[in-house]
Amino acid sequence: MNRWIPFEWIAAVRFLREGRLQTLFIIVGIAIGVAVIVFMSAMLAGLEANFIKRVLTSQPQIQLLTPDQVARPLRNGNGVIEDAIVQRPSQRVISIDQWPKIRDQMLAMPEVAAVSPTISGSALAIRGDASRAVTLSGIEPESYFTIVKVPDYIVAGEPRLTSETIIIGTELARDLGAVVGDKLNVQAASGANRVLTVAGLVDLGNKGVNQRAAYVALRTAQSLLGMVGGVTTIDITVHDIYAAEDIAQRIQAANLVKADSWIKTNSQFFTAVRAQETSNTLIRVFVGLSVAFGIAAVLIVSVIQRSKEIGILRAMGTSRGRILRVFLLQGGMLGFIGSLFGAALGAGALMYWHAVQRQADGSELFPLILERRLFVITALLATVTGLLAATAPALRAAKLDPVVAIRG
Amino acid sequence: MRLEKVCKAYNVGLPNETEVLHDIDLEVDSGEFVALIGPSGSGKSTLLNIVGLLDRPTSGRLTIKGQDTAALSDTELTHLRGHTIGFIFQSHLLISAFTAKENVMMPLLVDRGFPSPEIEARAGRLLDQVGLAKFADNLATNMSGGQQQRVAVARALAMNPDLVLADEPTGNLDTKSAEAVFDLMRQVNRDVGTSFLLVTHNLDLARRCDRIIEVVDGCIRT
Repeated sequence: MNRWIPFEWIAAVRFLREGRLQTLFIIVGIAIGVAVIVFMSAMLAGLEANFIKRVLTSQPQIQLLTPDQVARPLRNGNGVIEDAIVQRPSQRVISIDQWPKIRDQMLAMPEVAAVSPTISGSALAIRGDASRAVTLSGIEPESYFTIVKVPDYIVAGEPRLTSETIIIGTELARDLGAVVGDKLNVQAASGANRVLTVAGLVDLGNKGVNQRAAYVALRTAQSLLGMVGGVTTIDITVHDIYAAEDIAQRIQAANLVKADSWIKTNSQFFTAVRAQETSNTLIRVFVGLSVAFGIAAVLIVSVIQRSKEIGILRAMGTSRGRILRVFLLQGGMLGFIGSLFGAALGAGALMYWHAVQRQADGSELFPLILERRLFVITALLATVTGLLAATAPALRAAKLDPVVAIRG
Repeated sequence: MRLEKVCKAYNVGLPNETEVLHDIDLEVDSGEFVALIGPSGSGKSTLLNIVGLLDRPTSGRLTIKGQDTAALSDTELTHLRGHTIGFIFQSHLLISAFTAKENVMMPLLVDRGFPSPEIEARAGRLLDQVGLAKFADNLATNMSGGQQQRVAVARALAMNPDLVLADEPTGNLDTKSAEAVFDLMRQVNRDVGTSFLLVTHNLDLARRCDRIIEVVDGCIRT
């Protein structure tokens, strides 16, 4: 016997070792439960991280827009409305009122990471006989590229914008038969036009977007769209992406703008994630409960089997506290050991699943995220579950009356 | 160890209240080897449990080494029991997950909390004394009944107790093993001076003790 190990630990280990089959079965049970939890949590985290990465590098987290233009019904005196039908006015493309002031205010907010004013409107891109409708985005490259990582998606040319250049989507380039260095005639609805040189081709991962994407310098777009000095949107990124909706609401309350957060514009995704998380939590709770009851059942049986031995330990001067700890420790050990096997099992299953399940194009379905934190938390939770589950059996053991126990 | 007017009743206050022991006066001097005999159900085991501090008397006084036990808390009783009294039971009751030597170490281990070479050595000597040195590393379950009971004797002596309570220690053994276990206890009694209180049905063995106390219907008949 090792002299550094106290009696409680020695007894707990010996008791577990002696009940070989019971111990083995319950550890397998715990391991399966833990494996399910590890597998599910890691896969969900992977899917979520995948989506968020895609969202956060290709769109701003908060967009400030001009408020909707509404028609005000004419009123005639107290509560009497003259117009029977109020038509929604057509939404003219107009500039955000006093946008430099709003931008500076945004920059001053501690939650905000980056701010970029942009202008967007529709235009025609013409090359020879081919013409295509495009969404013309006028941007300030330095600030905009920190929000949408256009340079990461460049497949040809360079992400360099001057007053003479344009970056277009790959599909648009194919439709127009244009390559880097070719010239395009860009014409706005008002008739204003500009000849621009294609500086780069960008693949934003979505065919529809690639057919319409056209980035030009802010001033170029302002003059083409007939809004010199104006912007239509202010794009914002924040430090805590999950606070985006709160921040958006605060901005909207304080300024004459409409603020849309990525959480609102991707609400479907969030509903899905939330539903997943709820079901995940439920599964965790129930797996945890069934593991706990399994441990408790095994330990109760063990206490009953050993009641004579517990009686004799009490007779030879073992305190109730010691007996209590011997059985609590067994619960904790079962949880801990089970969680180690379970974590290995879960991680193995996840790696296998990750290797086998592929998207149609052969790329991974979800990134493999195996954080150390997940394993530490799982092991800790399993140990605590074991301790809690052992409480009832341990109390029962500690309360045994040695006289009754020995008599059997 | 001294009992004065000890009574023990079960189900006190209920209609089925039964008094098992009536006004027991009993004294065991140090170094004495006393046999306790009596028919089944006479209250021998209850008496032994009370002397062994496993049970409290309903009334009367129990003094151990001059200390009145009535005032002691549960924890203090457990401690006193561990240090002054050794137990040997009819069904040897070794702890099956441990080896013979570890079983002998157990009272010391429980007392100190940690194993040490010192208590291991003491367990080794005790096993040697009961003639089982070569079985030291056998699991308790891999030994014969007589051997297990000798381990139990060694265990009872581990804390060097003043009094050993033996509840029919030879009851489950064949004559030869019973003889060996009895001789062993007698020898310890002579060599170390430990007092023994031995419950037995074997009158032959009882006659070889210093004194015989007979319990009949919860009373002592001398």
